[in-house]
Amino acid sequence: MGKFIKLKKGFTINLAGKAAPKVVEPEQPETFVIKPSDFHGIYLPKVVVKEGDSVKAGTALFHDKKHENILFTAPVSGEIVEIKRGEKRKLLEIKILADKKVEFETFPKFSISDIGNLPAQEIKNQILKSGIWPSIVQRPYGVVADPMATPKAIHISAFDTHPLAPDYSILFKGQDQAFQVGVDVLKKLTSGTVHVNTHSSSELSTVFSQVKGANVNKFSGQHPAGCVGVQIHHIDPINKGDVVWTISPLGVIQIGKLFLQGIYDASRIVAVTGSEVKNPQYYKTFTGASVKKFLDKNLNNDHVRVISGNPLTGTSIGKDGHIGFFDQQVSVLPEGDYYEFVGWITPGARKLSFHRSIGLFSFLSPNKERVVDTNTHGEPRAFVQSGVFEQVTPMDILPTHLLKSILAEDIDEMEALGIYEVIEEDLALCEFVDVSKHKVQEILREGLDLVQNS
Amino acid sequence: MNFLRNQLDKVKHNFEKGQKWEKYYYAYEALDTFMFAPNTTNDVKGSQIRDAIDLKRLMMTVIIAMVPCLLFGIWNVGHQHFLAIGQAGATLGDKLWVGALQVVPIIIISYGVGLGIEFVFSSLRKHPVNEGFLVTGMLIPLVMPPDIPLWQVAVATAFAVIIGKEAFGGTGMNVVNIALTARAFLYFAYPTDISGGVWTYLGDAQPVAGYSGATPLSLAGDAATTGQNVVESFNSFGAGWNEGVFTFSNLFMGLRPGSIGETSTLMCLIGAFILIATGAGSWKIIVSVFGGAYAMGLFLNLVGGNAFVEMPAYYHLVIGGLAFGAVFMATDPVTASQTETGKWVYGLLIGMFTVLIRVFNPAYPEGIMLAILLMNVFAPLIDYFVVSANKKRRLQRATV
Repeated sequence: MGKFIKLKKGFTINLAGKAAPKVVEPEQPETFVIKPSDFHGIYLPKVVVKEGDSVKAGTALFHDKKHENILFTAPVSGEIVEIKRGEKRKLLEIKILADKKVEFETFPKFSISDIGNLPAQEIKNQILKSGIWPSIVQRPYGVVADPMATPKAIHISAFDTHPLAPDYSILFKGQDQAFQVGVDVLKKLTSGTVHVNTHSSSELSTVFSQVKGANVNKFSGQHPAGCVGVQIHHIDPINKGDVVWTISPLGVIQIGKLFLQGIYDASRIVAVTGSEVKNPQYYKTFTGASVKKFLDKNLNNDHVRVISGNPLTGTSIGKDGHIGFFDQQVSVLPEGDYYEFVGWITPGARKLSFHRSIGLFSFLSPNKERVVDTNTHGEPRAFVQSGVFEQVTPMDILPTHLLKSILAEDIDEMEALGIYEVIEEDLALCEFVDVSKHKVQEILREGLDLVQNS
Repeated sequence: MNFLRNQLDKVKHNFEKGQKWEKYYYAYEALDTFMFAPNTTNDVKGSQIRDAIDLKRLMMTVIIAMVPCLLFGIWNVGHQHFLAIGQAGATLGDKLWVGALQVVPIIIISYGVGLGIEFVFSSLRKHPVNEGFLVTGMLIPLVMPPDIPLWQVAVATAFAVIIGKEAFGGTGMNVVNIALTARAFLYFAYPTDISGGVWTYLGDAQPVAGYSGATPLSLAGDAATTGQNVVESFNSFGAGWNEGVFTFSNLFMGLRPGSIGETSTLMCLIGAFILIATGAGSWKIIVSVFGGAYAMGLFLNLVGGNAFVEMPAYYHLVIGGLAFGAVFMATDPVTASQTETGKWVYGLLIGMFTVLIRVFNPAYPEGIMLAILLMNVFAPLIDYFVVSANKKRRLQRATV
């Protein structure tokens, strides 16, 4: 039986530019890119293709030198046009010029009844080979899952509460069968349960409500209720030594299709959102797509920041950048590189704030959609313990103390304060509300790296 | 505003690394960010948007919460002055003028000395000038007696900022509340100057016949030895020159001599309302200080012993600086307990110790100051237990 968990703390950032519930199938972008920087926990990517090679969807591009069986594969078929390297020949991205029609590598197909009898090792091998494996994220640390591990549970968050988040009932419409098969497959990999975590208020897509063999849990509350780390904390928290896997519904569906159809189907629906987009809506494309075609003649002005992902945890990629491996959302916000005369005190109903300090009125109209730019609205200062971190962290975790222990590089303290239970997205709201403008997510990742490598 | 921005941009490069005024970068930064919210944008990775709040606005909110106390304090300094010299008929303008002449120089000295030291240290230590002093610089005048010599304000401020704060590593690192450090410094360094008639500004004028500079706290302290009913001695005090100065309603309104900003419980409560409504101060601390003091007062009433102990508990909330301390001093986020559970304990203990110190230690009548300083020192210990409990829950979960 699933649990019903009510979360009281949190803050939903209500931005203008939500995607209209319309999926369009545009002319596909020319280039697709896979970036090692999208994944945590890769030791060293070893490239196995050359520029000029032609690849199919599912052909290996690179693997981790430490885990040679974890392959990162091409999402589409086409020609490798660029292997971009940075300083010290660090691999930055592999760019594929896509064919008009996608050709697939073929993997073994199974009937639904066969899948029930597959041994775990065979399942793992197939997922590893197809390149879908990296969508399984291991907690603690939020890294690519270790194929040798057996997690105590697998968690799937079936809703997104981030600002401008896409609606999952649109993203995964009609994928009921693939999702069910994906869950069946994943069940074989854990010693415990597969949890599908849903939101209580939104109308639940049948993809999630009809799923069998998994625990369907319900959550109510504001962001970060949709963050899988917060959900795990309330369902079955991670203790020292535990291994838990998380995967997005997209990854589950891809696994389902891999076993049903024998292909790595990297097609995905992406929500193009944000106040600076003329027609915010959904687009059908593939993993790693260039955003150029979606934004062409679709922007209100030129001085914008294009973000792969949501405005809270995303990465700025530029107007002709490529969407990240885990992202099903592009956000376009006004760039905030302007001075504001005595901006620290000027009042404004348009200024979005979690706080209610003098001159900030946004708390009076929480349902109003606001345009927020990328300005820092202030300068870095020393920690001030105003208690707001705690108000946006619906977990039994003391964020300030945890962050301070990371800054002090005290590993024992980090462990004791619960660093195993969180990754960047779980504390991203702290970064947003912080009066002292700390880089909370960056600090947390430093701590995670420190603990992991100790 | 473009002109101003252009001027700042013109000189800005001189303060950057490797340039001639590199040392003064943070002094320049303080000025620049005061004039203009900076044009910095968020990093490529991480949160791409930020809350519209910054530390300056948060601190400004606290200062605005102090304005009722400040304005009332200025008027009250004048009001008490004219009562003491027997000119009860003075106009509002006269009172404000006399009050402002006394109070404004103290504010200027406090800000001038404090910010001066802050700028020097920020340049030496290479850290940004912290907005925290904007609040401290206003708190210090509000806890000063109106008749304080200005040089003492300067010395106390310098002591508090250097020894109380910079010696511990600057803003955010201090153990005890800076404004209270200033006040405590005067209290112990110049005890004769901060007792007796200092609570009313007399100037060159002669006080009226029957005038006394006693405070409610000293009256209550005397009652402990003479055995006279405290409420009666309050009600009869001031006969002839300031009738009913210590009645309960008068004490609540703050129409009595005392430190500039602390006399009026009502104004402190307005400040508390602003702090709580804006979320700038912890309501848990404010409520628990009042609650702790009242509970301790009630408990002592039950136990009994002397006249001060038997004073009705609610009088404790309006005499001395309890309200001001509870609202503006105890809530200082740096020196208070930093955990939500800890805040209850911290506040309750401040309230209880305040009453205990008042009642049982007549040598230090101003209990709230000592109670807050004491609990400032113990706040990390309270937090230690709260954090340990959090860790223990996690550990127990793992072994189940």
